[in-house]
Amino acid sequence: MQATSRSFKDNAHQALNDEQLRRALDNMKEGFIAKRAKAAAKLPEFDALRDQARDIKDHTLENLDAYLELYAEKVESVGGTVHWCPTADDARKAVVDICQAVGAKTVTKGKSMIAEELALNEHLEANGLIPIETDLGEYIIQLRNEPPSHIIAPAIHLNKEQVASDFRAAHVDLPADRQLEEPQQLVGEARAVLRQKYLDADVGITGANFLIAETGTSIIVTNEGNGDLTQSLPKVHIVVASIEKIVPSLEDASAILRVLARSATGQEFSTYTTFSTGPKRSDDPDGPEQYHVILLDNGRSRMLGSEFQDMLRCIRCGACMNHCPVYHSVGGHAYGWVYPGPMGAVLTPSLIGVDEAGHLPNASTFCGRCEAVCPMRIPLPKMMRHWREQEFQKHLSPTAVRLGLGAWTFVARRPSLYHFTTGLKARVLSMIAGKRGRLAKVPLASGWTSHRDLPAPEGRTFMDLWAKQRRTAQRPGQETV
Amino acid sequence: MTNGRTTVLGAVRRSLGRSDADSDAAMAAAKARIAAHPRGLLPERSRCDPIAQLDLFQAQVEAVDATVVRLSALAEVPQAVADYLKSHNLPGDLRMAPAAELQALPWTTAAPMLTVTTGKAEPQDVSSLTAAFAGIAETGTLMLHSGPEGPTTLNFLPENHIVVLKSSQVVGAYEEAWERLREARADEGLPRTVNLVTGPSRTGDIEQTIQLGAHGPKRLHILLIEDAG
Repeated sequence: MQATSRSFKDNAHQALNDEQLRRALDNMKEGFIAKRAKAAAKLPEFDALRDQARDIKDHTLENLDAYLELYAEKVESVGGTVHWCPTADDARKAVVDICQAVGAKTVTKGKSMIAEELALNEHLEANGLIPIETDLGEYIIQLRNEPPSHIIAPAIHLNKEQVASDFRAAHVDLPADRQLEEPQQLVGEARAVLRQKYLDADVGITGANFLIAETGTSIIVTNEGNGDLTQSLPKVHIVVASIEKIVPSLEDASAILRVLARSATGQEFSTYTTFSTGPKRSDDPDGPEQYHVILLDNGRSRMLGSEFQDMLRCIRCGACMNHCPVYHSVGGHAYGWVYPGPMGAVLTPSLIGVDEAGHLPNASTFCGRCEAVCPMRIPLPKMMRHWREQEFQKHLSPTAVRLGLGAWTFVARRPSLYHFTTGLKARVLSMIAGKRGRLAKVPLASGWTSHRDLPAPEGRTFMDLWAKQRRTAQRPGQETV
Repeated sequence: MTNGRTTVLGAVRRSLGRSDADSDAAMAAAKARIAAHPRGLLPERSRCDPIAQLDLFQAQVEAVDATVVRLSALAEVPQAVADYLKSHNLPGDLRMAPAAELQALPWTTAAPMLTVTTGKAEPQDVSSLTAAFAGIAETGTLMLHSGPEGPTTLNFLPENHIVVLKSSQVVGAYEEAWERLREARADEGLPRTVNLVTGPSRTGDIEQTIQLGAHGPKRLHILLIEDAG
């Protein structure tokens, strides 16, 4: 998809004025946050399991070249094919070649963020293939021709009335007077419509939550069962996965799975966790005849060994965005590319460039909730700071910001000047604010004051108060307040 | 594809700052870890005696909207299936996995009202019966796998999925189920598909309200045979 991360500020502004989006996002604060907290509280080992998950991924990333080789050997030893794809173009071409080689017409798809990253649907359509999303949320946004707004709940920005109207527009063969008020009716209709698509499809494409080096296995985790129908009914199963999905063994995958669903939806375990190893065996009654893995780099190898390596531990649970006050305010589309929220603010500049996505790491209050809930203990705020530094070094920040920071640096390096100017500023602002204690307008701060008042300082700086307290404390017999 | 492989591995090695000797050391470390496949921390709740384990398994299954009945012998399965289908007003047609153990049951005498056929799932199949490889108590999870006796489509296409599980197959943690599968398969490696199933299909994609039966089964019913004494 065409990134619109450059216009984050406009996107965010529009989102903030969208009443319907506000209601949809409010819903999520109650849902995901409370459910995750409950699931974490029910498992006393949860935090220790997070440490362990982090360590498993760190070990794997440190030895990623070896694990990739071992994984690929194993896939090929059970009759699968690995397509090593350095770039998104390579991956798109590999998928289309496989589809064309079997004369495919329709392609069903399980939910895959890598497929979103590749803009695979557009590419399949451009090559005469018909892609059909089967995850309910993905199906809805495909009908609306929209990108997902959340990595595990792609249609979280919509309400049921919007979905009903999309279904009426798309499913014109069904009776016009049918009832579509209740979620169950919408789910039932999607189930019936998609059922035939699974059976008609020539190729099924899924993503992968993990790849296991020990066995050459790909894992998908779903609640709907759509991924399983997608990969068991057609003749060909294509897995699109990026290189950092590797884990060493079945035990390591199981250990990380223990923190995935709990962090994502607050379930103890997702409904379906499916381990796929190669194509159907000669005596299997069902399953695909071909099994292909598209192994995508697309910028990830560059992150290894850099200050962004920790981001490669991410298991795409969505906990960071579920807990992010900025995401809660603007939703996922404002971020302008595939990955929203704090993980997107770190990953997007890595994959499409900080010149393209520099706004995203700035869209954070550094409140730290994302890092506090991340099951893989990724230091997201620290990495956003790295991007801000790079943005500054590359002269990408606006002139006003650069001049302001330059002036601040000059003053901050001179302690007496710093104390003098901050003391002066505090007294002046306090004087202007008067008894009200708030300022409606401040020069150079319209970004703040056009939306709300600025609370004024009370007149004395911390350093003043500290010095005064020290003086008082040195006089015995006097109260030290 | 040799080219793509060389490019990706080369880029990974450059970023990791590898010399040839480093690459060899990484390969040795990776092979050693895979050979040992060490278990990590297992949740305390999964460490209990077999009776408590069965209770935990059942409680966890019921917490995710599936149902369990306990039977004292495999021979009771046909009657239990018939009872279940009847209690939900479902037709008496059953698509059964071609598993020797299930086929050997007294279907015609114990449940003459059922029409039992075997094979992979067809689109018109409403109810299926399969045999599990293991039950995992920590989250109420079934482990089922593909093979001549286990078509994967039976776990997903029909609206009602009934599973036979023996109490001797119930373990505490996922890792124990993997160990049993490794032992059972010896040198064969993993089957094409291993399904960990925890409750019936569901979705939260419409306004985050949980709806059962999104694409897979609307109902999951487990017949737990207490065969361990």
